[in-house]
Amino acid sequence: MIKAKNNPQSFHKSQIKYHLILIPISFVMLLPIIFIFSQAFKPMDELYLYPPRFLVRRPTLDNFFELFRMTQGSSIPISRYLINSILTAIATVILTIIISVLAGYGLSKKKFKSKNLIFSLNNLALMFVPTAVIIPRYLIIQKMGLIDTFWINILSLLAMPIGVFLIKQFIDQIPDALIEAAYIDGASDLNIIFNIVIPLLKPAIATVGILAFQAAWNSAEASMYYINNENLKTFAFYVTNLTALSGNTVAGQGIAAAASLIMFVPNLILFIFMQSKVMNTMAHSGLK
Amino acid sequence: MNKKNHWFILSPYLILFFAFILLPIIVAIFLSFTYFNTIQPPKIIGFQNYITLLTRDEIFMQKVLPNTIKFSLIVGPGGYILSFILAWLIAQLPKVPRTIYALILYSPSLTAGVTMSILWRVLFNGDQQGYLNALLLSLGLIDKPVQWLQSPDHLLTIMIIVSLWSSMGVGFLAMLAGILNIDESLYEAAYIDGLKNRFQEIIYITIPAMKPQMLFGAVMSIVYTFTSAGIGVALSGTNPTPQYAGQLIVNHIEDYGFLRYEMGYASAVSVALLVIIYIFSRISWKLFGEE
Repeated sequence: MIKAKNNPQSFHKSQIKYHLILIPISFVMLLPIIFIFSQAFKPMDELYLYPPRFLVRRPTLDNFFELFRMTQGSSIPISRYLINSILTAIATVILTIIISVLAGYGLSKKKFKSKNLIFSLNNLALMFVPTAVIIPRYLIIQKMGLIDTFWINILSLLAMPIGVFLIKQFIDQIPDALIEAAYIDGASDLNIIFNIVIPLLKPAIATVGILAFQAAWNSAEASMYYINNENLKTFAFYVTNLTALSGNTVAGQGIAAAASLIMFVPNLILFIFMQSKVMNTMAHSGLK
Repeated sequence: MNKKNHWFILSPYLILFFAFILLPIIVAIFLSFTYFNTIQPPKIIGFQNYITLLTRDEIFMQKVLPNTIKFSLIVGPGGYILSFILAWLIAQLPKVPRTIYALILYSPSLTAGVTMSILWRVLFNGDQQGYLNALLLSLGLIDKPVQWLQSPDHLLTIMIIVSLWSSMGVGFLAMLAGILNIDESLYEAAYIDGLKNRFQEIIYITIPAMKPQMLFGAVMSIVYTFTSAGIGVALSGTNPTPQYAGQLIVNHIEDYGFLRYEMGYASAVSVALLVIIYIFSRISWKLFGEE
């Protein structure tokens, strides 16, 4: 007889042992996250404290104000980097979703000769690591005349094999009969995609959107390698360079923590809101 | 009329795929057979770069390659096994606690690797102000501050710990979904057939039933491992890292490409890295693929 099982409906005392393992592990995993929050809200005297104390006692917003004040004197305010990041993230999310849905639909429901070849190539590209070929990427982007353009922030992120893969797997679940019926009624591909496929595809679109957002929001690649003009760089790049700018001083540590928190929180909030859709999509993530 | 439409809807993706993924790989392979300093046009020199890589690049053979192998074997399979075990453990719980644990375990992967390194530098700071040093000093475990990030003895270990910490990413979620979606009747049938315990259950039922998710998770682990490999430079703040202690192949490529402008040689190192990634993925497909 089965004594315990996966995915139980309710609490049972046999589950206590799992909590006993998971609680200490979760605690350790959470410590660095707690540290970002704690450090970001520490007033100056607590940052200087010796011996250092892990948790904040009297939280303030000083570090955030200081972060914004830091760039007041320079020609490029921090809001510039933030706006660049927000624009990059929004454009990347929207365009990645459109491109991935179109390609995923083509690879799932269309019949043509090279379809399997393209899909296998895409599966192979799931393990593509951009930094591995950073030099040819740089040279190609240079040849295309995209160095020092705002567009390269977005363009370098749009080809997302995992996005096409997840969407294709999800569209596979939609019965062919539904699509064929629409064809017979005279609907075009774009009609079918927007009126039939996309409404059924919401979890996968949310998931790909989140992954695209994370990629764009966290990306410093374009700013680091392809852009020299400070006006076009992203907040992720700014944060990466923050210690170089503020010096590795104690005051700088509080500012850096505040900046890291600004990087982290949008990712966290988006995931919390979308997690059930993400889990739904991941159920179809299997590679065969 | 709808017959040829597939190229129309596939073209945006295919063009981007070609320009930013396929073409860079082709160019890397071509440049790896040349001498190219970005000022003069590339000059074909045959296998010279590869011969240099294998016979004359002492840093690569003595530091970079062993570091990369050690880092990727622990962070790759290690992070992967950890992801599976944790996914299995939380799959034993009802929805609400399961979601809370999943969120806690997944959230480290949401921190942007390099951005987060600013905070690691504070935690692992080399003087007595560093949080880890202060803690160990007060417990009497060490009698003087340890240079965690600047000393060759500790840098690689800290890189591995930090990377493992944030390795429960998309692959972890996929495996969790895989475990939750296994048909209950498979287990019932297996217990009637004489399955004895939960360990046997994992080996004979759970893993075989979710092979596609296991494979997806493995591919995600490989990507994560090699993407996060730049962490050594971010932690120590220098490229090369102190005495090359945290130098991985990705850093070696940047070192030659962007600091020394030896693009041909850097491309040969890139190709070597692509081959290593490909070998890891072949092993994963052999283990979990269905073909």
